[in-house]
Amino acid sequence: MSGFALPLVRFSVSQHRTIIGHCYSELPNEACGLLLGPAVGGDDLHDGEPTGAIADVVTTRNEAASARLYAIHGQDYGTARKAARESGNRIVGCFHSHTHTDAYPSPTDVEAAIHNPNWLYAIVSLRAETPMLHVFRMQSGNIAECQVVLEAR
Amino acid sequence: MTVEIRLPTLLRVHASGSATVSAESGTVGTAFAEMTDLHPGLSGQLVDSSGTLHRFVNVYVNDDDIRYLESLDTPTADGDVVSILPAVAGG
Repeated sequence: MSGFALPLVRFSVSQHRTIIGHCYSELPNEACGLLLGPAVGGDDLHDGEPTGAIADVVTTRNEAASARLYAIHGQDYGTARKAARESGNRIVGCFHSHTHTDAYPSPTDVEAAIHNPNWLYAIVSLRAETPMLHVFRMQSGNIAECQVVLEAR
Repeated sequence: MTVEIRLPTLLRVHASGSATVSAESGTVGTAFAEMTDLHPGLSGQLVDSSGTLHRFVNVYVNDDDIRYLESLDTPTADGDVVSILPAVAGG
């Protein structure tokens, strides 16, 4: 059992549409972006504990430009961090697509999550005809899935 | 004429637990050199042996990624904040 909190992750319908649309628009490469929202604690470098509310979704460029890897564009990350600060939010997570595999963290994802252990990691699978979005938390090699709701707001 | 360098958690262990380090303004590279003189454990954590910024590290002057400026030669001014953040990547 993992010991970390699993908040109910609350996207708006339009945020969900933004994520899925970006994932398709970046094909054949993986797409990526950032999730902004309220968090408890943290500081300018260390995003606190997400409440699960998603205030904004920011699509970013994939510096890796790869069908197997993503790397959030450094300037897009800086700009999103500034936007989060100015809106009283934090970066609470990121999203990326898996173009041909399930919406489940890859070993690379788990390894990379060590840098932002408080984040929510949304993964979109485009493997099937219907895209699937799942959200995970990953800490110390443990993976746990969060429940997701889409709100009509 | 100083800048504040903000360190991510994983690097603080190399800086006696400090979250921030002050350095003279000049360039990002001179600030890093001053910081690694003070905290030798940080040497090699940010820049490789050829003097290039590691690709798994993002460095910002205020909110601007120095890779898209002048990299380690990016000038800094009094009061600037130099933030080091792990790059966000995966598969």
